[in-house]
Amino acid sequence: MSIITIKDLHKVYDGTQVEVHAVNGVTLNIEEGEFSALVGPSGSGKTTLMNMLGGLDRPTSGQVMINGTDLSQLKDSELIDFRLHHIGFVFQSYNLIPVLTALENVEFIMHLQGIPSAERYARAKELLEAVGLGDRLNSRPGQLSGGQQQRVAVARALASKPRYVLADEPTANLDSHSTENLLDIMEELNRKENITFVFSTHDARVVKKAHRVIVLEDGKVISDEVRKKEVVNGPNE
Amino acid sequence: MIIHVAWRNIWRNPTRSLVVILAMVVGMFAGIFMVSFAKGMMKERLNRGIETEVSHIQIHHPKFREADELKYQIKDVFQKIKDIEQIEGVNGVSPRIVIQAMVASAETGSGVKLIGTDPDREKTVSNLYTYIKKGKWFEGISRNPVVIGQKLADKLSVHVRSKIVLTFQDDEGNITSGAFRIAGIYQTVNTSFDETHVYVRFDDLDQLAALPQGAAQEIAVHLSSQKYLNQVKNKLSDMYPNLEVLTWKKLNPEFGYINDVYDYYLYVFIIIILLALGFGIVNTILMAVLERVKELGMLMAIGMKKGRIFRMIMWESVMMSIIGGTLGVGIGLLVTIWTNHTGISFDSYKTGFEALGYGTTVHPIIDWGITINVMVLVFVTGIVAAVYPALKALKLNPAEALRTE
Ligand SMILES: Nc1ncnc2c1ncn2[C@@H]1O[C@H](COP(=O)(O)OP(=O)(O)OP(=O)(O)O)[C@@H](O)[C@H]1O
Ligand SMILES: [Mg+2]
Repeated sequence: MSIITIKDLHKVYDGTQVEVHAVNGVTLNIEEGEFSALVGPSGSGKTTLMNMLGGLDRPTSGQVMINGTDLSQLKDSELIDFRLHHIGFVFQSYNLIPVLTALENVEFIMHLQGIPSAERYARAKELLEAVGLGDRLNSRPGQLSGGQQQRVAVARALASKPRYVLADEPTANLDSHSTENLLDIMEELNRKENITFVFSTHDARVVKKAHRVIVLEDGKVISDEVRKKEVVNGPNE
Repeated sequence: MIIHVAWRNIWRNPTRSLVVILAMVVGMFAGIFMVSFAKGMMKERLNRGIETEVSHIQIHHPKFREADELKYQIKDVFQKIKDIEQIEGVNGVSPRIVIQAMVASAETGSGVKLIGTDPDREKTVSNLYTYIKKGKWFEGISRNPVVIGQKLADKLSVHVRSKIVLTFQDDEGNITSGAFRIAGIYQTVNTSFDETHVYVRFDDLDQLAALPQGAAQEIAVHLSSQKYLNQVKNKLSDMYPNLEVLTWKKLNPEFGYINDVYDYYLYVFIIIILLALGFGIVNTILMAVLERVKELGMLMAIGMKKGRIFRMIMWESVMMSIIGGTLGVGIGLLVTIWTNHTGISFDSYKTGFEALGYGTTVHPIIDWGITINVMVLVFVTGIVAAVYPALKALKLNPAEALRTE
């Protein structure tokens, strides 16, 4: 079934000189368990679309439904709560809390959810071990490499037990080895836990790993291709 | 955990936070020490007022204080003194004849308050005898000895053993004069007191003023402790319903109000300091918010509600002010305790202080009531200072905040 349904979505920015039609009539369904890439040149509207998919920004017109909830019906504070409980976020520039350790960064979101501290700790540790950072629990973001920080960010995104993770250019700041590593981790989570991933990217190597590739240009979907998992995955271990 | 994050946030820019905290420390130290200093000065003034000048309780004819005339007398003072001495908490009672008089030396004259007292009993209600600088307290002169203040002695150009003449109207309305010889010259820190209070023996003045046997204008009562004040006062009022019994608070209203008035000024002073410091905190927290726009956007994105963001910023401000405030107050209290021990001397400003009745050595004392209120004010300052920056943070839109670099 569709976890996300968007219908005729538009976003117009009132620029100082001209209006920018950043998203111009996008209709899409994202199915549960997908591992999809949103591709397109710079300025094509990827971030704008992702922000609306994640309830970070409100569309000028059109509808976003997630798990049957119409986001436009939610008040600002309800939307924040909705994000907290249903959506995981990974950002291009990691965006960890610099003053907290890796473990605390992952725990923080569970604290916001009101999960008791013992459970928080156990789950945060488990997630960090899953992304290969079991030995860096107490490192602060500044002491970690970009790839490591982004793996902490993935662990954080999953900590709140979302069914759906949005990642806007998660590998843009990573070298090829870290990129590969991060994608393997995300794919494994997708495969084992059936978590839906949507990520935007410029990178051809990343696109190659996706099971579905949605291409955006000037705010419009110009192609949408579903690949067979088996074919794309191949023997990548 | 929010508090934990707030605490770490303070130390992102340690220099900036430390400057604010340090300003708070200095400001609150100054505030608390100022309070202690003023309180020390007041208490000393008060104590001196009681111990040297007025004693704890005075008894008069109800009209005496208003009219200040010789005819408003207390009868049978010696019997009354014996009775009063029996009351619990009373450790000194002295009879006083009080007459407005003129004092004259060979040089010049001056108006004074002439007090006839029992030299030994007077020692139990006032420590004036300990301020004798020259001569002795009613010793060394056998006929009509008198004790005057240094300031008056200077004015009259007289010395120990000099003769002075006291002139006043006696109980029968006749102008009468008596020659007295100076036995001792006292010097308190209150120069206006020294200039106007002249002491002679009860028995000498009694005769000269033609007062009836056992009559006086005033009975001074000294207590072993302040805590008996109201108790003894009530008891005396019951015993002598026809006389006026007043405590030092009423006798010298200045002493009663001085506390309240001072407190008022001290609070104004502290609030001004806190206001200035508050702006420093606003500025610091505002900078901290503006530097963290992207991070705040991320926090909103992942699901941190505005109320929590507001509280986190609030805590950063409150913790800084509490740390600075507590340290400042703490140091202020420590310095108070220390200087209370050693005293702070102002010898170079001696004349100014003494003209106002203050000693030149101040022993600051802690006022816990004000200290607690100051801590509350510090806390409130922290909260109020965070409101503007925190509101600024809440205005952020997560999508836009995340785009910033
Ligand atoms: N707040 C804004 N105000 C005005 N125009 C905006 C705003 N945000 C984005 N835009 C414009 O909207 C268009 C789409 O931007 P968007 O960031 O979504 O593109 P993108 O595909 O994510 O690009 P990139 O690959 O560089 O990240 C661009 O032309 C951009 O300049
Ligand atoms: Mg983008």
